[in-house]
Amino acid sequence: MTLHLRVGFMPLVDCALVILAKDEGFAEAEGLNLELVREVSWSNLRDKLNVRLLDAAHMLGPAAVAATLGIGGVKAPMAVPIALNLDGSAITVSLRRFEEMARLGDGDMADPAVSARALAAMVVRRKASGLPPLTFAAVFGFSSHTYLLCEWMAKGGIKLGEDVRFEVVPPPQTVEALTSGRVDGFCAGAPYSATAVAAGIGAMLHCGVDLRRNCPEKVLAWRADDAERRAAAVAKLNAAILRASDWACQPANFGRLALHLSKPDRLALPADILEPVLHWELLQGAGRPPRKVERFIRFDREALRPDPEHANWILAGMEQAGQIIRSPEMTEQAKAVFRPALFAGSGNRI
Amino acid sequence: MRPDLKILIVDANPVRAAIIDEGLREAGFTDLVRIGATNGLVAAIELHDPDVVVIDLEDPSRDALADMFLVSRHVRRPITMFVDQSDSASIEAAVEAGVSAYIVDGLKKERMQPILQTCISRFNAFRKLREELDEARSQLEERKTIDRAKGIVMRMKGLPEDEAYALLRRTAMNEKRKLVDIARSIITAAEVLK
Repeated sequence: MTLHLRVGFMPLVDCALVILAKDEGFAEAEGLNLELVREVSWSNLRDKLNVRLLDAAHMLGPAAVAATLGIGGVKAPMAVPIALNLDGSAITVSLRRFEEMARLGDGDMADPAVSARALAAMVVRRKASGLPPLTFAAVFGFSSHTYLLCEWMAKGGIKLGEDVRFEVVPPPQTVEALTSGRVDGFCAGAPYSATAVAAGIGAMLHCGVDLRRNCPEKVLAWRADDAERRAAAVAKLNAAILRASDWACQPANFGRLALHLSKPDRLALPADILEPVLHWELLQGAGRPPRKVERFIRFDREALRPDPEHANWILAGMEQAGQIIRSPEMTEQAKAVFRPALFAGSGNRI
Repeated sequence: MRPDLKILIVDANPVRAAIIDEGLREAGFTDLVRIGATNGLVAAIELHDPDVVVIDLEDPSRDALADMFLVSRHVRRPITMFVDQSDSASIEAAVEAGVSAYIVDGLKKERMQPILQTCISRFNAFRKLREELDEARSQLEERKTIDRAKGIVMRMKGLPEDEAYALLRRTAMNEKRKLVDIARSIITAAEVLK
């Protein structure tokens, strides 16, 4: 018997395994009829999952933790039986700001400590000349992107939200926000750094792995009660995603994967922007050649194991960003979001 | 008691915004502000300082709104989504209707209920209206397609109108397909063979 599941996603490269589960037939092989729904906001994914308009959702790891803890105004306990990737984000600034920073830099700008100090120098200069503060964006408050921005800026003694304004801009609007000057830079998942560079308005400053390797990124979230109640459905979808992972790790398949992702009801972006990202070849802009970054984004099986240890980094990030005051109970609840036991079960099936 | 609540309606669809506006006025709320484009939603909230924000679920700037209570140095009053997390029926009805509401912290749920109920029913009414309109539009399109196919059959087979139509219907019945599908096939074939 075929089981119908509705899964929501945001248009980002890291929803690839969910798209492949459907478009390469891996879900069907597991007896699942997947219905994929593209959403416009992480809030929508959370709320629709919460009222069961969706069975599962492509979700930011930190957003799943926030919803479970009930911070951010909404309590919607979630469970993660499988992650969808690790890493894959980048910090991108407008060309103008990139040139300013390069002038102020006291060393190799590829070093995050050097670029962060250049940013700090720019912040000081703007303040002295009475210019408005710089604005940096992430795609959601509770996101690894926010925390990576905080980590990077801290290297220059800068505090996000105080020395630099913070804004939330949905991924597809990042390019427009950079063009209009509403933001000076942003941290987002692929391919939005590449789209900004290709549009001739942005320069990639650092990719996520320059700051931190194996950074928790997107996960597949279920309602916590459903993850237990619907163990068979969870195991089937996990198995389909694991098959998708094996397929997605074959470079011979990258062209086809880029085509799947480029479709109008998926990411609706040109395949020739997406395919280099899969090959870990990143556009840099500002006259620099593309940069090859080993394991820029990870879709391999090892990357998909939900890791309760990620909760510690996420909570530390939330604390650094001023989103929570940490308590021991929070740590327990946040760790429980990640369910390696549910992952192990599905892995044994194939 | 505080004076009337100030409600900010964020909706890119001006017709629906007007329908909600009207509904809230009927329910006795008069301090309403409508905005369409949401590029500067945070700034608009700072400017208008509403007690309640009603926003289309399909508006991407909801994520920015969700973050506002964290960046409270930019906003005078923290806001949270919906009024009562334990009221799952209301939340469900709202999400299904496609609307979400944010309130300033501390607002009593009795005061919020009528606003939320009005928005939910108006969103549902608007959706029904749009579905009916879409239905009427697609019926009109089908009608046009069938008329075109009928014209082709009349021309190519030299049949009068009623017989051409009867032939189309008979073919549809024999092939167990919809009349409009047969009509589309005929139009495609006629274009290929032109």
